[in-house]
Amino acid sequence: MIKIENLYKSYGKLQVLNNVSVALDVGKVVSIIGPNGAGKTTMSKCILGMVLPDSGDILMNGDSVLNKHAYRSQIGYMPQIGRYPENMKVRQVIEMIRDIRLDVKEVDEELIGLYGLQEMYNKRMGALSGGNKQKVSAALAFLFNPKVLILDEPTAGLDPISAEILKCKILKEKKNGKLIMITSHIMSEIEEVADEVLCLMDGKVKFHETITGLKQQTNEERLSRAIAKIMNEED
Amino acid sequence: MSKIIKYVLYDIVRSKIVIAYTLFLLLLSVGLFNLGGSPDKGLLSLLNLVLLTVPLISIVFGTTHFYNSYEFIELLVAQPINRTKILMSEYLGVALSLSAAFLIGVGVPVLLFNASATGLYLVLTGVFITFIFVAMAFLASVITRDKAKGIGIALLLWFYFALIYDGIVLFILYTFGDYPLEYATLVLTALNPIDLGRIVVLLNLDVSALMGYTGALYKSIFGSGWGVMLSFGLLLLWVLLPVLGSRRIFSKRDL
Repeated sequence: MIKIENLYKSYGKLQVLNNVSVALDVGKVVSIIGPNGAGKTTMSKCILGMVLPDSGDILMNGDSVLNKHAYRSQIGYMPQIGRYPENMKVRQVIEMIRDIRLDVKEVDEELIGLYGLQEMYNKRMGALSGGNKQKVSAALAFLFNPKVLILDEPTAGLDPISAEILKCKILKEKKNGKLIMITSHIMSEIEEVADEVLCLMDGKVKFHETITGLKQQTNEERLSRAIAKIMNEED
Repeated sequence: MSKIIKYVLYDIVRSKIVIAYTLFLLLLSVGLFNLGGSPDKGLLSLLNLVLLTVPLISIVFGTTHFYNSYEFIELLVAQPINRTKILMSEYLGVALSLSAAFLIGVGVPVLLFNASATGLYLVLTGVFITFIFVAMAFLASVITRDKAKGIGIALLLWFYFALIYDGIVLFILYTFGDYPLEYATLVLTALNPIDLGRIVVLLNLDVSALMGYTGALYKSIFGSGWGVMLSFGLLLLWVLLPVLGSRRIFSKRDL
């Protein structure tokens, strides 16, 4: 579904992505892990066309997405820190995005209902707490039934119940044959929802393995220990 | 694209700054027309004030608007919309609303008090200046992410075109006073949209008789219909250059 080929990106002298090549398939939840500043968010933003890579290519269904925009109709994005026009009300933001995407007939309003967003429809975005903004971001990401979902630290800032709702939604959409990319630092959460782990380190792919594969390789029961073992071995 | 412009306009109208700007211009023009003896005199004073305030307000409002709608732009770039379309919608939204304010604030009084070709030139010049300086504001804002820096660049641009440039021209004219400078000053005029606008209006007023040899040359060029067309063509060029420049930079920039 998504194929990244030899991607390079630097901000000034800082090399953020250094020859990243990955292939991701539908029907899977891929978790992107790595230390802070490893290039996880930059990679997601490259796929979205928000950050333009220095060289390399990103293919979606075999076509390059660089300098294009129509492909984004198939991507739902939930940013790490959702930033919204402060003066707009929750209802206006959701209605605006729906108005812009009028071509999409079937919308998925499940999260709006589960999170009770209707009750905050008349609140200004600027008055919402961080967690409630995250809920709006999540609802918008799933709204148009996209084939690919890119969730950047989705549960950071959400209360346990809301996080649980999101996890259920992720698993449900996986069954519907979607590709879901999650960047996260919470290993227990990754173990719950993800099929594959993609580890970035200093802008390079350290490993890209299935979770069962990782556990077998290291003879560990828990994912966090398995990953720690791999990290230590290679040092 | 019209959908995005709609939301940009909605945002601008709600901020009420444009409404205050309209009232300010309206007060200014009605006041000046009632103060001066003849309508031509009123037009002349209005021209000078318009050429000072319209660029300033356009460039400052354009820059602050761009930085304030950064979140809106971020929200839209994740949607299947062309980036340049987002920028152009923002640009047209700001330029159109400020032009509408100008048309109501200056255009209507001019129509009431001095409905002549010269009055029309003044209104047209004001609209062009609005489009030009909003374009420069966008150019300043796409160059840097830092809001303070962006507004600084915008103010410098205004300072340069409204004040410093005339100083430079005067300096050149004094230093090279012994040489025939008629055509050189003509070129110098074309390099500043504010001067260009000023001369188009001035030369169609009677005061141009007071401007000496250069004035006579100018009159022979700008006084004719062809000359007016040429100067508005140059003003159009002044709109397109910064717009295309900011488009180019914005489409190749990380957000």
